Amino acid sequence: MSGFEATADAATWRFTVNGDQVEVVAPGMRRLLDVLREELALTGTKEGCGEGECGACTVLIDGAPVDSCLVPVCQVDGARIATVEGLAEPSPEGLVLDSLQQAFLEAGGAQCGICTPGMLMAARAYLDNGGGADEGAIREAIAGNLCRCTGYTKIVEAIAIAAGGRR
Amino acid sequence: MTIRTSPSRTTTPARPRRSGDGDAADALVVPDGVVMPGRARPAGPLRREGPAKLTGEAKYADDLVFPGAWYGATIRSTDAHARFDGFDLDPALDWSKIAVVTAQDIPGDNVVSLISDDQPVLVPVGGEIQHHAEPLVLLAAADRDTLRRARHAVTVRTTALAPVFDPLASDHVFAHYEITAGDLEAGFADAELVLEGTYRVGHQEQLYIENNAMIAVPREDGGVAVHGSLQCPYYIHKAMKRSLRLTDAQAQVIQAETGGGFGGKEEYPSIVALHAALLALKAGKPVRMIYDRHEDLAATTKRHPAVVTHRTGFTRDGMLVAQDIEVVMDGGAYCTLTPVVLSRGALHSGGPYRCANVRIRARATRTNTPPNGAFRGFGAPQTEFAAEVQMGRAAEALKISPLDIRRRNLYRLGDETPTGQVLHESVAAEEVLERAAEAAEFEGVAARTSAARARRPGSGHVPGSALRTSRDRTASGIGVALAFHGAGFTGSGEVKLASVASLELDDTGRIRILTGSTEMGQGTKTIFPQLVAAELGLAVDDVDMAPQDTALVPDSGPTVASRTAMVVGGLLIQAARRLKARVEERNGGGAFADVRLADAAAYGPTRIDQQFEPYPHVHFDDATYRGDAYPAFGWAACVASVDVDLDSGEVTVRDVVAADDVGKVIHPILAEGQVEGGTLQAIGYATIEEIKLRDGRYLNDRLATYIIPTALDAPRIHTILVEAPYGGVPHGAKGIGELPMDVGAPAVVAAIHDAIGAWIHDLPASPERILAALGITPSVDQEPSPAEVDATVESPITAGTDPRPDARTDPQVMRGPRDPGEPR
Repeated sequence: MSGFEATADAATWRFTVNGDQVEVVAPGMRRLLDVLREELALTGTKEGCGEGECGACTVLIDGAPVDSCLVPVCQVDGARIATVEGLAEPSPEGLVLDSLQQAFLEAGGAQCGICTPGMLMAARAYLDNGGGADEGAIREAIAGNLCRCTGYTKIVEAIAIAAGGRR
Repeated sequence: MTIRTSPSRTTTPARPRRSGDGDAADALVVPDGVVMPGRARPAGPLRREGPAKLTGEAKYADDLVFPGAWYGATIRSTDAHARFDGFDLDPALDWSKIAVVTAQDIPGDNVVSLISDDQPVLVPVGGEIQHHAEPLVLLAAADRDTLRRARHAVTVRTTALAPVFDPLASDHVFAHYEITAGDLEAGFADAELVLEGTYRVGHQEQLYIENNAMIAVPREDGGVAVHGSLQCPYYIHKAMKRSLRLTDAQAQVIQAETGGGFGGKEEYPSIVALHAALLALKAGKPVRMIYDRHEDLAATTKRHPAVVTHRTGFTRDGMLVAQDIEVVMDGGAYCTLTPVVLSRGALHSGGPYRCANVRIRARATRTNTPPNGAFRGFGAPQTEFAAEVQMGRAAEALKISPLDIRRRNLYRLGDETPTGQVLHESVAAEEVLERAAEAAEFEGVAARTSAARARRPGSGHVPGSALRTSRDRTASGIGVALAFHGAGFTGSGEVKLASVASLELDDTGRIRILTGSTEMGQGTKTIFPQLVAAELGLAVDDVDMAPQDTALVPDSGPTVASRTAMVVGGLLIQAARRLKARVEERNGGGAFADVRLADAAAYGPTRIDQQFEPYPHVHFDDATYRGDAYPAFGWAACVASVDVDLDSGEVTVRDVVAADDVGKVIHPILAEGQVEGGTLQAIGYATIEEIKLRDGRYLNDRLATYIIPTALDAPRIHTILVEAPYGGVPHGAKGIGELPMDVGAPAVVAAIHDAIGAWIHDLPASPERILAALGITPSVDQEPSPAEVDATVESPITAGTDPRPDARTDPQVMRGPRDPGEPR
C-alpha cells in the first residue's frame, strides 16, 4: 500500500514475470509486491514487514534478490522478475519441484512456510551465481531473510544439498 | 493441485523414506522404560503441506480472495490509561461509504472470552482505556485509500488517568500462588552457603513472520465465517458465539495456512476475528483485517516480563537444601492467560532439582501496558533462566564444576517435586545433561576457557582497558544449562478440556483424521497421518487430514502447551486401534489394510470419536496446588559456546549442543526442527531481543528496531534427541515445542560468565550490559573484583549474597516509564 497510490497517475509498465511478458496499469509508486500479489495474483510472494527487514517478499529482478516491498513498479519497467511460482516446472502430472525446493522438502527447510518463498529466491540467486556448499557463504547469502521457525540449520543444509555438497 | 517431487538425487544423503515407497510408516514401539539417545532413525514422511508451501500455492489469510471484500482497520488508544470520552468523525468526509463500529454494535457480551471477563472487545464510550494500543473504534471501507482517509478523520477524546507501569508496585493482582514443601527455616539452618539473586527478564515478541490476519465473511444464516491465521479455532468460536450471539453453526472458524504462532496466535486472534466479524456484519460484506508488522508488534501479546528473586541454601558439597523463590510477572492491562502462565512459571521456578525445603511465591499484577500472553515456554523460560543462573553462581561460589553441581541435584526416578509429585517414570535429566556435555566436550573446553580467563591480564577491573589486550580481542566461553518442561496442560487442565479427536473410514476406504489441532509449521499435518497409518498398517498417503474448520472437526483442545503430539496424537492412536478392531472383527479377522475397502463397501463410513480420559495415576488439586502438576516432564540440556567481543561487548553464540528428551521421537527431522527453532528463539531472548517502553508504549515496535537473529547470528545447532517414553500415552511422546526455549538463555549467560567472569542477571545480555559488567561503562565504582567476590563466599560460606549487587546494568525496574529510550 504505497502512500502515493492515491495521487499518482496510473501508467503502463511492461516487464516479464517468470518468463511471461506482462503489462500492468498502475501508479508508478505502487509497490512491486502489491502488483505481483494483487494485479498478477501471484500470492506466493509474502509480506512480513513492509520495510525491507524480513525478506519474505524477496524476488529476483534481473537475477538479483530484492525486497519487493521496497521497489516501486516504475523501477522494474523492462526488467526480468522471478518469483517463487516460477521455480517448479509444470508437467502434465502437476508441478515438479526444482532441486532447491526438493532439498528444502527433504531436509526440513520449510516449517510454517511464510519465509520460504523469499528464502528460496535468495538461495536461488546464490546458486545461480555459482554459490557452493560453504556454510558461511550460504548464511551470508540468506542473511537478509528472517526465519523464526527453523533456527536456519535445515535451511542452510538444504541449500548446501542443492549446491551439490553434503554437510 | 498435484505436485510431483523430482526424482531422487544422488547428492541427497540418506533420502528420507516417503509414503508410497511401499512399506507402511514406521511402527511406533515404546521400549520398556528405556532411555534411548541418538538420532539414527528413518527420517519420516515428507512434510505433507511442504510442496504447497515451497511452490507458493499454499494460501495464507492474506492470499485468500473474497470478491467485494472491504478492508478493516482499528482505531486504538494513544493513552496508557484514560477515560474514553468519545470520538468525532470529520464531517468533511463522506461517511456513508464507511462502516463504523463501536462497542454499541456488539450484539452480545463486550468481552473477549478467556479466563477472566475483564477485556472488552472495544472500549465503550465512557469506559476506561487500560493500555496504549487498546481498540476503541473499527472502520471498514471498500478500498484502502478511503479507509486511510477515514482513519485520519477520526479524533478520539480522552481524559488521562494515572497509569501504573511497575508490576512490583501494582496492587491489582491477577493471580498468586504459594507452593511450599518441607521446612524452609530448617533448610536454611543446614545451609553452608546462602546465595541470593534477583533476575529480570523483559518482554519478548513471538515474531511469527506472518502477521495476525483474519477475514470475516457474513453467512446467509446471519452468522459469520472467519478465515485466518490462528492456533486455536475453538477459542475463537467460543468468543464469537458469546460476543456476537451466534449459535454453534452460525459461528464458523476456518484456519488458513498459518505462518508461525509460537503462542502469539493463541489468544489475540479472537480479538482480530471479533473485530473483522463486527465490521462484516455492519457492512454486509466480507472484511479483511490484516495487520501490518507495526500494528502486530504494537498491539499483540508478548512474553511476560518477570522479576525473579532467589534465596538458596546449599551445603558445602553443593547439595541444594533450601529454595525461597519469589516470582513477579507483569500481566499487562488484562488478565488474558496470565494466571496459567504464572502457574507454569511458578511450578518450574526451582529448576529440575530435588530440594526438600521449598517456598515458591508467585504473583502477576496489572500494569497499563498491552496485555502479555502465551509464548513458547509459557512462563517457564523466565523462571528457569533465574534458577539456572542461580545454580551456576552457586557452582562458582562453591568451586564445584557446573556439571557436577547439577549432577548432584538433578531429579532422578522416585524424587518428589515441591507439589508432592513423585516422578515415577520418564525422567531423563541426567541423560540429557551427560549427552550434551559429552557431545560438546564440555569439561575439556571449560578447562581451556577458564585457563585462558585466568591468564588474561587485567581481568576486568581496570576501567577503560578491561579484559582487552593487544592479543585478545575476544574472550571465549562455554556454558551449560538444564531444564524441564511439564508436558501438556497444567494440573487438571486436560481433564477440563476433555478433547475429542476423530477418525473416519469413508465409503471409499480412505481414512480421514478430524481434529481441531492446527498446523503452524510444527508438523501436525505430517505426524498425525504418520501415527494413524502406522497403527492401521497403511501408507501415510492413505490417510487424509480434514481442514481445521469448526464446521467439520471436533474440539481437540487448543494447539498449545506442546500437547498436540502427546495428547491429541495419543487420542488418534486410540481411535485408530478402535477402528481397526471394529473393522477387523466384522470382516472375519482380516488385517485392516486388506479388508478396509470391502468394509467400506459393505458398511459405509465408520467414524470413531475419541475423547480424552484422565491419565492413570495423575491427580492434581487446584485448590491446594498439591499433586501431579503434569503427567510427565520433558528434559533438556543445552551447552552454548560464545565469543564476547571485549571492545564492543557483543556476544556471538558460535555453537550449541541441545539434548532434548521428548519421550518418543515421531519424526526426527520435524523434531530436530523444533529443537533448532526453539533454541534460536532462546538465543535471541538471551542476546538481542528486547522491548523498550516509554509511558507504557513499546518504543521499538517495528521490525527495523525489534531485532531477531539472522542466519549469520545463528549458531550451529547440534541436536540430540533422547527418548524416555511416558507410559500414559500409547506412543510415549511427551511434547517438544517448548522444551528448548527453557534452556537456551541460561546456557548462553553461563557461557558469557565463563568468558568474562561476570554474571549477567538481566536479559538480554546486550552489549550495554556486558560492557557495564566488564567495568567499561558506568556502575564500576563499587564493582568488587572477582577475587573479592570469591573471598566473600569462601570462608565461612554461611552468608553469601548476590556477589555483584552493583553489577546490575539496567537501573530501571524492568520497564521504563521514564526510560530515556534509545536513538531510533
